[in-house]
Amino acid sequence: MRWITAALIGGSLLLPPFFAGDFYINLASQILIAAIFALSLNLLVGFGGMTSLGHASYLGVAAYISALLTNRYGFGHGAAAIISISGTVAMAGFFGVIALRATGLGFLMITLALSQVLWGLAYRMSNVTNGDNGITGLTRPAPFGISLENPVSFYWFALIVATMAFVMMTIFVTSAFGSSLMGVRDQARRMAALGFNPWLIRWITFVYAGFWGGISGLLYVYYHKYIHPTSLSITSSAEALLGVIAGGSGTLGGPAVGAALVLLLKNYASAYIERWNMLLGLVFLFIVLVMPTGIAPGFSRLVAKMRGERIDDRSRA
Amino acid sequence: MTDPALEVINLKKAFGGLAVTQDVSLVVRPGERRLIIGPNGAGKTTLFNQISGDLRPNSGQIRLFGADITGLPPYRRAHCGLSRTYQIITLFAGDTIQHNVSLALLGLRPSRWQIWLPMSHYRDIAVEARQALDAVGLLHLADRSISDIAYGERRRVELAIALAQRPRVLLLDEPLAGLSNAERTTVKSLIASIPRETTLVMIEHDMDTALDLAETVTLLNYGRVIVDGKRDAVIADERTREVYLGT
Repeated sequence: MRWITAALIGGSLLLPPFFAGDFYINLASQILIAAIFALSLNLLVGFGGMTSLGHASYLGVAAYISALLTNRYGFGHGAAAIISISGTVAMAGFFGVIALRATGLGFLMITLALSQVLWGLAYRMSNVTNGDNGITGLTRPAPFGISLENPVSFYWFALIVATMAFVMMTIFVTSAFGSSLMGVRDQARRMAALGFNPWLIRWITFVYAGFWGGISGLLYVYYHKYIHPTSLSITSSAEALLGVIAGGSGTLGGPAVGAALVLLLKNYASAYIERWNMLLGLVFLFIVLVMPTGIAPGFSRLVAKMRGERIDDRSRA
Repeated sequence: MTDPALEVINLKKAFGGLAVTQDVSLVVRPGERRLIIGPNGAGKTTLFNQISGDLRPNSGQIRLFGADITGLPPYRRAHCGLSRTYQIITLFAGDTIQHNVSLALLGLRPSRWQIWLPMSHYRDIAVEARQALDAVGLLHLADRSISDIAYGERRRVELAIALAQRPRVLLLDEPLAGLSNAERTTVKSLIASIPRETTLVMIEHDMDTALDLAETVTLLNYGRVIVDGKRDAVIADERTREVYLGT
């Protein structure tokens, strides 16, 4: 059942370039980027029990570094990407040391505060970041000489990166380390008594999530060819968190579904309804009431019920 | 003479003005079966929490086989051969029983850092986990979730988790709490069958059962050691009757 679902989703991801127009292909590319971002946040929220409200930091900083290096300092895309990801990972390492002094609400507040600092810098340090005007006139890379300027080739590029991200993060959480991580999420004290170092396990996960957040940031800036301080804002972090929770935190694929939903409401429904935020609120309310554990677990439960199977609360979609 | 398995020297701990551990000293020989008794609030679990590293003492020293572990975090103590169970059952509720025990085995192996291969790759962990479950008579429930099994069985999973690590020193915090008479007998014989390579320190209120298991007894009251020594001597002691047995 699980494999059929996976195959169906995987197959449908291959379709857009053959059927859809540019508008929808671009929408699909943006969904893939948002999905990587949400999946990386899910490592913290769902598998690590660390609810962060500052994950936009990694997306934004990676995007800004790449934008500045290519646009202002004349770096090539390859070098810029490597420096940008290394810088983002180093920052995640540093932020992790600060934020992991606390757990629960304290952790959430620290991640929020740190991301607000970066947001403020992006706004105010206008001699570097160009402030509220953002950085314009960026280009997309051309890996192996293949231009990514047209929507279809960019979609393939985003799909390859997203697939790698999904596979790598799935391996991470299903590994022995992933078991350690979920153990620390559920019973940190017990895990320490069993010989695990909870702090280090959380920190490694924090840095790994920062890495994939950075990757999504690179794709984000490549796609938009523009970067603005809003990508570092609390709204950006909160939308991702909403996607994770709506899709099903702690499930492998759920956050990608949730991220797609948020993005569609934001970019598609907003064309028809001015108050798309209100619609997002209603949809979220509906999900919380009807499928409190998220869309993905909700649907697998629904399918199980229709097939008359015993309902497994721990089903991972 | 060999080093004591566990040595506590002049341990002091206070929460604000409330002294919960006052100058506690203990010596437990390798292989010994030690029972710690005392009325509610005597500081028994607080003492355990300091030995396992969950709480830092204000002063004093804790030694494990001669090595000073006072400043070590809990996970380092586990690698030194110290293991404990909890008075309030602390299990991984959503996971299978076998996974609970597997985590205990994983905790002492370098593979806990490994981010490529799934747990199912480690056949030896699965085999050992099932052996540990067999030892406490729960093998038939290995694939069930913790939330599916009865309270008495959860107590035994607690024990299986601790024993799977083959600790050199095992702290049992009220292993019989909340069990029916039949379950008590089962768990009692389980504890009695723990090999002598493991030194046992046990907190227990059920004196009838626990005294059979103990060789030496320490009586705590208001954070102090009142009486300490061979079981029969401690039971016969006037002060024990005064503090604990209430006659």
